[in-house]
Amino acid sequence: MATAYDIAMKHTEPEENDGAPVVAVEDVRKTYASHTVLDGINLHVTRGETLAVLGRSGTGKSVLLRLIIGLETPDSGSIRIHGQDIAGLGMDRMGEIRKKMGFLFQHAALYDSLTVAENVAFPLVHHRRDMSRSERGDRVMQLLAEVGMEGDVDKMPSDISGGMQKRVGLARALALEPEILLLDEPTAGLDPISSGEINDLILKLQRERRMASIVVTHDLHSARTIANSLALLDQGKVVIEGKFEDLQQSHVAFVEKFLKQS
Amino acid sequence: MSDREHIVVADIHPLIPEQRTVSLPYALDYVGRMTNGFFEWFGELGIFFWKVLRAGLTPPYEWRELVRQLDEVGSKSLPLVAAAGAAIGVVISMEARYSLSRFGAKSMFSTTLVYSVIQVMGPIMTGLIVSGRVGAGIGAELASMKVTEQIDAVEASAINPYRLLAATRILACILMLPLLTLAADASGLLMGWIAQAMVEPLSFHQFIESGFKGAKLNDFLPPTFKTAVYGLIIGLIACFQGMRTRGGAEGVGRAATYSVVLASLFVILADVVLVKFILVVFP
Repeated sequence: MATAYDIAMKHTEPEENDGAPVVAVEDVRKTYASHTVLDGINLHVTRGETLAVLGRSGTGKSVLLRLIIGLETPDSGSIRIHGQDIAGLGMDRMGEIRKKMGFLFQHAALYDSLTVAENVAFPLVHHRRDMSRSERGDRVMQLLAEVGMEGDVDKMPSDISGGMQKRVGLARALALEPEILLLDEPTAGLDPISSGEINDLILKLQRERRMASIVVTHDLHSARTIANSLALLDQGKVVIEGKFEDLQQSHVAFVEKFLKQS
Repeated sequence: MSDREHIVVADIHPLIPEQRTVSLPYALDYVGRMTNGFFEWFGELGIFFWKVLRAGLTPPYEWRELVRQLDEVGSKSLPLVAAAGAAIGVVISMEARYSLSRFGAKSMFSTTLVYSVIQVMGPIMTGLIVSGRVGAGIGAELASMKVTEQIDAVEASAINPYRLLAATRILACILMLPLLTLAADASGLLMGWIAQAMVEPLSFHQFIESGFKGAKLNDFLPPTFKTAVYGLIIGLIACFQGMRTRGGAEGVGRAATYSVVLASLFVILADVVLVKFILVVFP
C-alpha cells in the first residue's frame, strides 16, 4: 500500500547519487552510568531518504540524534557524515560539518531573547556574512513563509504556541540549506491537526529539497506519513528496519506489540 | 563498646528529630568525597577556561555580541555601582572626620578619603556589587539556556558557544570592571567631599589638591586595574556555573546562587593576593 510519502514524492530510489550513505551509524554504543542506551546501532541514510526512528520513550532515540549532530560522543562505534568520521573532531571542524545539517529540537529550543525573525536569521548572521541586511531579511521572510509564520516575525517565542515554535525551529534548521535534516519528535505534544500540518510541511520540504532526513518519533502515524523507511528500537538495539509493510509482516513480539498499541 | 568510634550528628529534620551515629570511616569517606569534588570542580573550571581562551582567540570574533555584553555589564551596572560608591564615600567621610578629630589629624581628612576610596573600598566594593548583579545575571541566563537546550541549539547551528556566549561575557567583565571602579571612585570622592563640606567649609579645589598631594600614578592605577582580575573571576565562574547546569528550574536557581557566592568569595581572596602583589611590585 502506498504511503502518503510515496504518493507525495512519487517515490523512486534516491536519485543522482552513487547510493553511498550520507549518514552512516556503525555499531554505535552509548552508556550513561551503568545504563546502556544504545547497544550496537547500525543505520544508514542516503540522499532523498527519510528514515523514521521509532521506539518507546526513553529508548535512546533522541540520544542517537545528539550523537549524529555531535552534541555527544559514542562510547564505541563510528558515525560518518558524507564518509567522514566525526569522532574526535574539534569544535570548529565539527562546525563545518554541522553547517550541512539542520536540527529541530523536541521543544524547538528557540532563543527566548530574540524575536521569531531574529531566531531564523541567527545562523545566517553568523555564517552568511556575505549577505546584506536586506538579503538576509528577504531570506528570513522566505523561510518563514515556507512554514506559514510570515505574519509573526516580531513576536517573541513566549508569545507563540508550541506548534508555532516548532515551525519557527524548522525554518531556523533550514536557514543554511542543509543536506541533512534531523528532527527530534516533531509532532510531540501537538494536537492532531497541528501534527498533520507539521507532517505536511515536512513532506513538502522533502519534495522540494531532497535532503537525507532522520526523524525520531514515537508517533507511528506520523512516521508512516513522512518516512519511506522505519527503524524500531528496543533496549538499545534496532529490532527491525524497513518499510511499514515489513513491520506489519514481522512476527517479532515487540514489533507486534508496538504496532498494536500505536 | 565496639572498637568503632561513634560520632553523633545533630538532628537533621525539624519535625522528626533524629540522631544519627556514623562511623569514622563514613566521616572520612564524606570528607574525601568533598575534597575530591572540590578538586574536580577546579579541574573542570580549568578545562572550561582553556576552551574559552582557545575559542576567544580564534576567529571569527563575535564583536556584535561583545558590544551587547559591554552594555549589559557596564552601562546597566553603572547606576548601582555609582550609588554604592556614593554611600561608601559618605560613610568613610563621616568615620574619617570623627576618627581623625580624636587624634588631632583633621588635616589628613582629604588624603584619608582619597586613598581609602581609590585604593581599598572602591575596587572591592565594585567587585562585590558586580559579582552580585552580573554574576547572578550571567549564571541564571546561561543556566536557563542550558536547561532549555538553547546552548545545544547554538552548537548545532555550527557556532562555538564558548566563543559566542562565554568569551564575550568574560571579556566584557574584564573591560568594564576598571571603568566601573573609576565611576565608583568618582562618586565616592564627590559624595565624601559633599558630606564633609556640609559640616565644615572645604572647597572642592582644596579637597582635590590636598587629597592628591604627593600622590603618584602607582598609588592609584594598580588598585584600579586589579579589578580586571575581578572581572575575569566573575565572568569565568558565572559562565562556568551557567553552562554546566542540570536540573531544570532548581538547577537555574542553584547556578545563579553559586555564581554569586563563589565569585564573591574568589574576588575577596584575589583582593588579598593582589594587594600584596601590588605592594611588592609597585612599592
